[in-house]
Amino acid sequence: MNAILPWAVHFALACFAFAMLFALLRLLRGPAAQDRVLAFDTLYINGMLTILMLGIGTGSAVYFDIALLIALFGFVGSTVLAKFLLRGEVIEP
Amino acid sequence: MTAADVSLWAALPAAFLLVCGGLLTLVGSLGLLRLEVFYARIHAPTMGSTLGAGCVLIASMLVSSAVAGRPVIHELLITVFILITSPVTAMLLMRAAMHRTRD
Repeated sequence: MNAILPWAVHFALACFAFAMLFALLRLLRGPAAQDRVLAFDTLYINGMLTILMLGIGTGSAVYFDIALLIALFGFVGSTVLAKFLLRGEVIEP
Repeated sequence: MTAADVSLWAALPAAFLLVCGGLLTLVGSLGLLRLEVFYARIHAPTMGSTLGAGCVLIASMLVSSAVAGRPVIHELLITVFILITSPVTAMLLMRAAMHRTRD
């Protein structure tokens, strides 16, 4: 019917693809370990937004659960990496 | 029901929010790539993870409400979760960076 929403979805998908590419370049290049962890954090948030964008584009409700799981496990992963950089150990006795 | 069948009152603000969110996230990741110091770099992606994710999630709420014909607000779960967890990660990373560069 109206073509503005698919156009916006494709534009935002291209934006998120380039954002993930930039975060991946920082992940590969980052001089210190904390740069890589920060790039990983950005990368999973961009991936979650890309999945949500696919959900808007197809009108399906399945993608919401995938985005929620990516947000959960991405937070756990980046927090564990940051805690490891901070203390040298993740779960302390 | 795909994205082309959404009525116009929901499609226009959703498209505007999607374009804004995409551009904000792109600028944030570009800042992550281009800035010089780590303490400057940690500022850049927060723009994508707060404003960009907020724009995209509000647009997703609008579109799924228009598709379902009733208010669908379960995207608020992701919004609240991202808003709570991203400062925690940023604070831990900042403390780790200070701890690692002090000595």
